[in-house]
Parts: sequence; C-alpha cells; structure tokens
Amino acid sequence: MMPILEVKNIYKNYANHVALKDVSLVVEPQKIFGLLGPNGAGKTSLIRIINQITGPDRGEVFFNGEHLSPKHVDFIGYLPEERGLYKKMSVGEQVMYLAQLKGLKKADAKVKLQQWFKKFEIESWWDKKVEELSKGMQQKVQFIVTVLHEPKLLILDEPFSGFDPINAQLIKNEILELRDKGATIIFSTHNMGSVEELCDNIALINKAEKLLDGSVKDIRKQYKSNTYHITFKGNLMGFTNALWAGAELLDKKSDDDVHSVTVKLLRQNKPNDLLQAVLSTAEILSFQEVVPSMNDIFISVVENKTTLNTQSAFTE
Amino acid sequence: MNKLLLIIQREYFSRVKKKSFLLMTILGPLLMAGLMIVPVWLAMRDKTDHQILVLDHSGLFIDKLPNTKQIKFTYGAESIQSAKAKLKDGPFDLIMEIKGDALNDNKTTPVLYYKKQPGISTEQYISNTMENILFDYRLQGDSIDLTKIDKARRPVEILTLKVTEDGKDEKTNTEINMAIGFGCAIAIYFMIFLYGSQVMRGVIEEKTNRIVEVIVSSVKPFQLMLGKIIGVALVGLTQFILWIVLTLIISTTVNSMLFKDQIADTAKHNSQMEKVMKNDLTAGIDKMDKVDSPNEVIELFNNVNNINISKVLICFAFYFLFGYLLYAALFAAIGSAVDSEADTQQFILPVTIPLIASFIIAQSVITDPDSSMAQFFSIFPLTSPIVMMVRLPFDVPVWELALSMFMLVVGFLFFTWMAGKIYRTGILMYGKKTTWKELGKWLFYKG
Repeated sequence: MMPILEVKNIYKNYANHVALKDVSLVVEPQKIFGLLGPNGAGKTSLIRIINQITGPDRGEVFFNGEHLSPKHVDFIGYLPEERGLYKKMSVGEQVMYLAQLKGLKKADAKVKLQQWFKKFEIESWWDKKVEELSKGMQQKVQFIVTVLHEPKLLILDEPFSGFDPINAQLIKNEILELRDKGATIIFSTHNMGSVEELCDNIALINKAEKLLDGSVKDIRKQYKSNTYHITFKGNLMGFTNALWAGAELLDKKSDDDVHSVTVKLLRQNKPNDLLQAVLSTAEILSFQEVVPSMNDIFISVVENKTTLNTQSAFTE
Repeated sequence: MNKLLLIIQREYFSRVKKKSFLLMTILGPLLMAGLMIVPVWLAMRDKTDHQILVLDHSGLFIDKLPNTKQIKFTYGAESIQSAKAKLKDGPFDLIMEIKGDALNDNKTTPVLYYKKQPGISTEQYISNTMENILFDYRLQGDSIDLTKIDKARRPVEILTLKVTEDGKDEKTNTEINMAIGFGCAIAIYFMIFLYGSQVMRGVIEEKTNRIVEVIVSSVKPFQLMLGKIIGVALVGLTQFILWIVLTLIISTTVNSMLFKDQIADTAKHNSQMEKVMKNDLTAGIDKMDKVDSPNEVIELFNNVNNINISKVLICFAFYFLFGYLLYAALFAAIGSAVDSEADTQQFILPVTIPLIASFIIAQSVITDPDSSMAQFFSIFPLTSPIVMMVRLPFDVPVWELALSMFMLVVGFLFFTWMAGKIYRTGILMYGKKTTWKELGKWLFYKG
C-alpha cells in the first residue's frame, strides 16, 4: 500500500542549532503513528514542515505519493501543542471561521459542527464566549475543529493535555474511531502509556536525528532483554543457589515465604532451562517474561544505554 | 484568495462589533464637535455684564471711557467709602478709583474694587482704553496732530497671486494651503498610529492566545498578516467615514440649537440683501459690495477652490492608504516578534522616529517647500506620506509627485515583504526575548 506520508532526508537548521538532520519517515495509511522524542528533539519542527508552516532546508515530503503542496493543506488536520482560541469570540463564530479556513463550505461546516456538538453534548456552548469556557472545554472545541473537515491525515501534538481522565478516554475513542473510518494519525506525545495503547508504529527522534522506528510490537520485542519475573514459595537462598551461572538475579522482594524475583538469563539459555533449574527448590506461583515498556525503550534509547533497566520495567 | 477574504471578514467584524468601537465612533465626533462648539459657546457665555462706577479724581477720563455691550461706565464724584457701600447692594459690581496725579506719574495705577473678580478681558479692556486716552492726551500736550499719526500708520497686507501656465493671475492663500496640507498630514499621522497599533495588538493577541499555529496550518502566514492589515484598514475607513458624518450631523444640530438667534439674524440679513438686489437690479452688483455681507467667508471658499481640491483629495487618499499599509506591515512585524505589549517598546521607537521626524521636517518644508531636504523627504517612502502632504499645496512638480508615489508603492512592497519574513518566524517563537540581531536572521530563513 502506498504510504500516506513519506518524509525523505529532511534537514532543517535554525540560526544557532540544527532542528532536523537527515530525518526520514514512512507513515502507513490508516495507522496511528507515534512521533516520540524528548523536548527540543525536533518533533515540532518536523510537524511544522509536514503542515507546510515552515519548509525544510533540504529533503522532500510526499503526501499520498505527490510532492507536498499547498493544495494538501485541506487534507490535513493539525492540533498543535501550543493551541488556543480567540478569547473574545463566541464559540460558534469561531468554529465556523476555523472550519471555513480549512476549505469547508459554510452550510457544510454548520451541519457538521452541529453533529459534533451534539455528539459531545456541548450544544449549549455555541453562543458562549471562549473565555467563559474552562481549559478542558476549550480543548474539546479545538479537537472538533481539527477533525471536522475529515482530514486524511491527522496530526495531534499532545492531544490529551488538559483533559480529565473521562474526557481523555472520550478523545481516545474518537481517535480510534477516526482511524477505523480511514484516517491516518500522527501522534506526538510524552505519555508512553498512551503510545503503547494507541500506536501501531513509532519513530523516535532525539537531538535532530531519528534514532528508532518501526512497529511498537517489533520494537518492544527487539528490546527484550531475556528477563523473567518469577513468584515462588520456598527458600530464597536455595533458589538463588539453584540459579547456577546461566542466570543473574536482578531484583528480589519477599513477603514471608513468598518471593518475587527478577531474573535475567545469560548467554543462550532458554526459560525452560531456568525453570528446570529452580523447580526442585521452589514452588513456582507465576512465571512471566518481562517485556520492556515504551517508557524504558524511550529512556534507554535517548540516554543511549545498551542495557535496559529492568527494575522499572518490572514495576511498570 | 477565498481564505484571505475570510480573514479580512473576521478581522473587520470582530472589531466593528466591539463595544469599544461603538464608543470611539460616538465619542470621537462628540469630541470633535465639542472642539468646534465649546470655544464659540464659551466666548458667548463668558461675557458677564459689568456696571462700573468710576471715581476719577484726575478728571481726564470722565465721559471718555467707551461703553461696550458688556461694560457700562458711570461716573461719580463721591468718596470711595460711600461708593464701596454701593458695591453691596448694587447697581455697581465694580468701582474704579483713579488718583488725581494720574497724569503726571510715569505709571498710572487706578484701583479696581470688586465684589466678584472680573475676567482678565475686562481688566484688559479698561487698561487698553485708558492707555489710548493717555496716549492721545500726552501727544496733544506736545501739540502733535493726531490725524497725522492716524494717516501715518497704515496696515500692509500682501496679496499673493500665482501666474498660471496660460499667463493668468490666480489668487492663492498661503495660510489656507498650509492649513489644508497640515490637516491632511495630521490625519494621516493619527490614523497610522491608531490603526497600525491595532494591527500590532491583533498579532500579539493571536500569539498569546496560541491560536496562530492553528490558523497558519490552514493559511499562509503572509495571508494572515495581509488579511489583518486590510481588515483593520477597512475598520479605520468605516470609523473615519462615520466620524465625518456624525461630526457634521452633531455640529450642525447643536449649532442650530445653540445659536438659533444668530442664524435667524443671518437669515434676516440675507433676505434684506435679496431685497436690495431685487429693488435695484441694475446696480445690484455695486450695491452688494456696499451691503455688509460676509465677504471674508466667500473669499475663503474661493481660495479653497483655487487649490485644486480633487488633486489634494486623490493624493490624500493615496498617501493615507499606502502610508498606512507600509507602517501597518511594520507594526505587524513588531507584534510577531514579541510576547506581550510591554515588550514592544524597543521595536516601536525606531518605527515611530521617521513619523515624528516627518513633522519636524514639515516645519522647514513650509518655510522652503522646494529645498533639497523637502524634495528628499517627500520622496523617501517612510516620510513621504506626511512631508508630501504638507508640500503638496505649494505646487510640487508632477515628476516629483509621481516619483514619490512610485517610491511609496515600492517601499510598501519591500517593507511588507520584509515584515512577512519576520512575521512568519516570529509568530511561532515563544518565551524568548527577541533582539534586533535575531530579527535580522529571520529575514534569511527559508520559507
């Protein structure tokens, strides 16, 4: 399938720093694509280039196989991280204005807006001034404006900031629904929990360079460190002794004679080898592979560590 | 193009619908009408009647002080004590005592007793008339013929005539020319500041509201800037027209109400004039001059006609429009570079300097409208809207006017292009204090 968005070898320099250096991305259609990276990594610069707010110094961007051009603006919906509304304007006037700027006809915009306002049960806000709305309420209005023109590509920068858990869930469901209806979503966030929950693919940018990309599943598999979490009843000393040289005890926690341990297999040992080794000394209550969270992968990649801190993976 | 129209619409209506716009639109003409009416009204009201009892011990001034509508002199010979008693229960509200040796002293000091302080004009009237009487008295004492002095003192009035292309003489009036030129220049200056800063505030508002990134993902930053500038220009135009209309309405109604008597008088006067003309049609024109008609007003209008009013109007519209556009672009760039209005100072000053300097230059342009300095600054785009308007009534050569207009359009294009570059980068920069150096760098960022 043709990717909806392809970014090829993008470079962007500002006066005193490099914002993007040879960044390439491929975003598959109808997927949720996570754009990750610490603050100042270059995410916003990249998003602004995709939105044609700024242009790259070098490199190309393709939308649906075509060179990105102003006509594509109407097919993209963008919810920036720094977002707001005109305070003195009424909600209704404002959403009508923003919808028309995205190329919607006045009548269409009105019908669609009324549908969304009904869906979110906020019809009574139409005549209110924006300054009368709370921050969370304003965010809802902004979300509607972003998705109203049914963009093929939705770019959401920290979409959940400012929402309470209930509304965050509401927005999450909307995002999934939009994807199921055919939209592609680029999702930029620091919240790794929501990345695991929502994203199909990710790319990680740090210091202007792309460090990592691929499907969330593959990446997590790739970063597995052959670590297991075992809960057992029995003697901890005996268990530790039984671990022989093929495994290393990373962490232990005891509650009476029930022990929780994290064990890393060394060399090419298989989990069954470990089980066999300890079976005689302990009564196994649970045995689970530790899969690194996106949070760990993020920290590890950004800090350029080769080994993962499984401790935090365990508590996650 | 459609989107630009949408932006202009929003910028226009969001401002016109504001209460402050309505307030300014109503208060402006009230203020202007007030400025036109209050002085007249005050002048009429301020004239309190005075009854003055003069106790002249020198005898020189008795029956010589001329009465006016407001000031009536009565002469008495009683003692000052008994006169003061009259002050209490009328009819006099002022008593003036003139000492007997008034004629011999170098300085005459009459004493004015009052219950309620008289105005300065009253005091001045008394001292002026007394001075004149003393002057005449002393000259006569030296046996100098007063009529000779009157004859010797003649006023000089210069009649300026312009020789036109076809060799005819045309009457011009330098003062009216200057007044019109300056009036236009002040209007341009005022509007540039008023609406230029509105553009700036609008840009800052969008930036601090954080809505700007949402909008520039739909339209080009340049479109947003241009839309705002044009939208505000239309607001200014609307307000300007409303001001003129309302000022005219208010001042005519108030004038006709307040000064009903005068107008009735004038009407009577006019009908008399008509009568005179009808009765004596043959010598009508000669008669008319003899009738005490408001000749000065007619003359004034004649002079205004001589200035080629359409040329002034066209130039005013042109310099007003492009002057505003040029400066509004600069104000927009300033707005984009800062985070709040408080930070605008360092950037505003250099922008306002040419505007303020224009007025200083305009002073010398009036004394010498064709100096090379006047020529330069009426062509230089940042100062031409004001300097050229001041220079215009003094017959600027066509090529200079054309060059000035051309340069203004070029200047407008150049500064708008420059402002667009700064604006595009500035609106997305937050939380950093911008320096001049950075602004310079923004000019060279790639779109």
